Amino acid sequence: MPNEMILLLGVNHKSTPLEVREKLALSSGYEKPLQALKRIEGIREYYLLSTCNRVEILVTARDEARVVEELSRFLFGDALTPEQYEKHLYCYRNEEAIHHLFLVAASLDSMIVGEAQILGQLKEAYRWAAAEKCTGPVLNKLLHKAFSVAKRVRSETCIGSSAVSISYAAIELAKKIFGSLENKRVLLIGAGEMAELAAEHLVGNGAREVVVANRTLERALNLAKRFNGRAVGLDELFEQLELVDIIVSSTGAPNIILHKEDVKPLMRNRRNKPLFFIDIAVPRDLDPALNDLDNVYLYDIDDLNNVVELNKAERDKEAIKAKRIVDEEALKFKDWLAGLAITPTIAALRAKGDQVCTLELARTLPRLTNLTAKERQSVEKMAAAIVSRLLHDPVVFLKNESCKDQSEMKVGIFRSVFGLEKKE
Amino acid sequence: MLSEVNYLLFVLVLAVSFVASAVYLVFFFSQREKIRTTARMILIGSGILQSCYILSRYFIAGHTPITSQHEAVTFFAWSVTWAYLSFRWRYTVKNFGTFVSLMVLILLVLAASVSREFSPLVPALQSLWLPIHAGVAVIAYGFLALAFCGGIMYLLQERELKSKRFGFFFSRLPSLDALDQLNSHCLTAGFVFLTLGIITGSVWARQAWGTYWQWDPKETWSLITWFLYAAQIHQRFTAGWRGKRAAVMAIVGFSSVIFTLWGVTYLLGGVHSYAQ
Repeated sequence: MPNEMILLLGVNHKSTPLEVREKLALSSGYEKPLQALKRIEGIREYYLLSTCNRVEILVTARDEARVVEELSRFLFGDALTPEQYEKHLYCYRNEEAIHHLFLVAASLDSMIVGEAQILGQLKEAYRWAAAEKCTGPVLNKLLHKAFSVAKRVRSETCIGSSAVSISYAAIELAKKIFGSLENKRVLLIGAGEMAELAAEHLVGNGAREVVVANRTLERALNLAKRFNGRAVGLDELFEQLELVDIIVSSTGAPNIILHKEDVKPLMRNRRNKPLFFIDIAVPRDLDPALNDLDNVYLYDIDDLNNVVELNKAERDKEAIKAKRIVDEEALKFKDWLAGLAITPTIAALRAKGDQVCTLELARTLPRLTNLTAKERQSVEKMAAAIVSRLLHDPVVFLKNESCKDQSEMKVGIFRSVFGLEKKE
Repeated sequence: MLSEVNYLLFVLVLAVSFVASAVYLVFFFSQREKIRTTARMILIGSGILQSCYILSRYFIAGHTPITSQHEAVTFFAWSVTWAYLSFRWRYTVKNFGTFVSLMVLILLVLAASVSREFSPLVPALQSLWLPIHAGVAVIAYGFLALAFCGGIMYLLQERELKSKRFGFFFSRLPSLDALDQLNSHCLTAGFVFLTLGIITGSVWARQAWGTYWQWDPKETWSLITWFLYAAQIHQRFTAGWRGKRAAVMAIVGFSSVIFTLWGVTYLLGGVHSYAQ
């Protein structure tokens, strides 16, 4: 244990372009790569994370140089030569590895900082590793700690609370208007790709029905089928506007297709239920004056982009707070590891004390023939007390945090002073 | 002895309500769940202390303590507090507590600024109808005050959504829909109590003065207030008035409530004037 180190090797979206990440040997599931890792000599505990933005291997091992080499070969297979992959691969040791893992779990190393998906992927990866019995006491503790760090970051900062893509911004706004999207109807004007993406998000957040209005009915029908919705012609637009709540417009029309004057009379029939227009077309489809109507909210692509920019700035601020939490937790974990390193030494010392005690008692007691059972017991107790009194201060010294950084040296001296070396 | 307790109780009520508002404000800025729980506990404490204070005044005066201006405003604060807490028990509206606790604090400060003397009850008011009529009316005011707070929150949130400049309030205030529902619920409850208040008042007037309605300034203004709210509720059900217009109407209606409560006494007089 004392000489074992934690190693983290990997590539991510920052260090490695997609073309290279695609070529990595482990694109299919966790089972096979984990079994392959088992065959690498010298690593004790190991775990593997593979997402579309990163592949990382975390191990505890003794023989650092050789393990690093073997792991990189495992990671890249025959796709790249060592000279080629050297510049992509990062390799962290001990504290750095812990720190990096916590950063990843807290979603501070993600492409979109603060997105929540990574934690789920991490948990899934851990489940696989645990199921294959690849992890041991150190990695179990480390990964569980990573999960709780992520949770702490999430609850103590606002890092995950704001939307940083246009679709999410639209959802966020819709939620501020409608409360929830349950039972809300969505009308897509134009059946383009952007409309499809937006509809996907809206349905994912609970929207009930999708109606597609398009110039060519066929395209509308196809898209509507995807969401179990209905397709209508553009000439039915006004009737539909009375029924729906959220409108996503993305036609290629050169002019404005919906004017304030068209919508105003509709509001009476809608009994003033709010309407949320999202205009993602360039040039714009919807009359900007729509926003002046009561209970009508209009956002065009620039407005949404502004929301995204605002949120990004907010996130960057929160990320600083989150990094501080990660630093703090990484330090705490390092202390735990240092504690782990001295545990066997303390156990060995206690065992030695016990051994000395029983040895001396066995030598002395037979000679004291006229002792009662009670007196005998007292002598045994005394011997044990002397030993434990004597060992108390050394153990306190060992646990003492004052010279934490030289703990390895300290343990070494300690072991030779007490003659514990030969047991190892 | 009791009057000293009474005095101390009021100071305590004021202090606790101040702390409740302060903690709610801290929560409003920091958005930490733990702080909100603390704030709510303190507000509940304030509500209980207010009840004790009103009870202690009841024992000293020997009649329902709602006849002086100090008493009426304290009662008002009490009803806002408990209307909110009863509401809170049914469903939550994000950060509503901050606004309500501030409202309660303002009312209590107003109550502190006027005379706290006990005044004897004029014979015409010595009746079981006093607690019923005045109590029901003040409960109505409590709910209408909640609608007012909700209206202000609605306008703040709507302004940010319309102007597309998301500042301080956007993330801290609930959705427009939640606020609109709050408005609708509070108005309905408030309106029912207001109607009851007017009916009980006129029944009492019949007993005390022999006529159901005598166009006393307070009666007139209550009726104006009642019509304001009636029109609003009617419009909501028939024409679907909601959103900004409903929020503005809740604020207008509440201004009328405030005028009925104070303006009438000072500017117009009449049988409802508080004991001086």
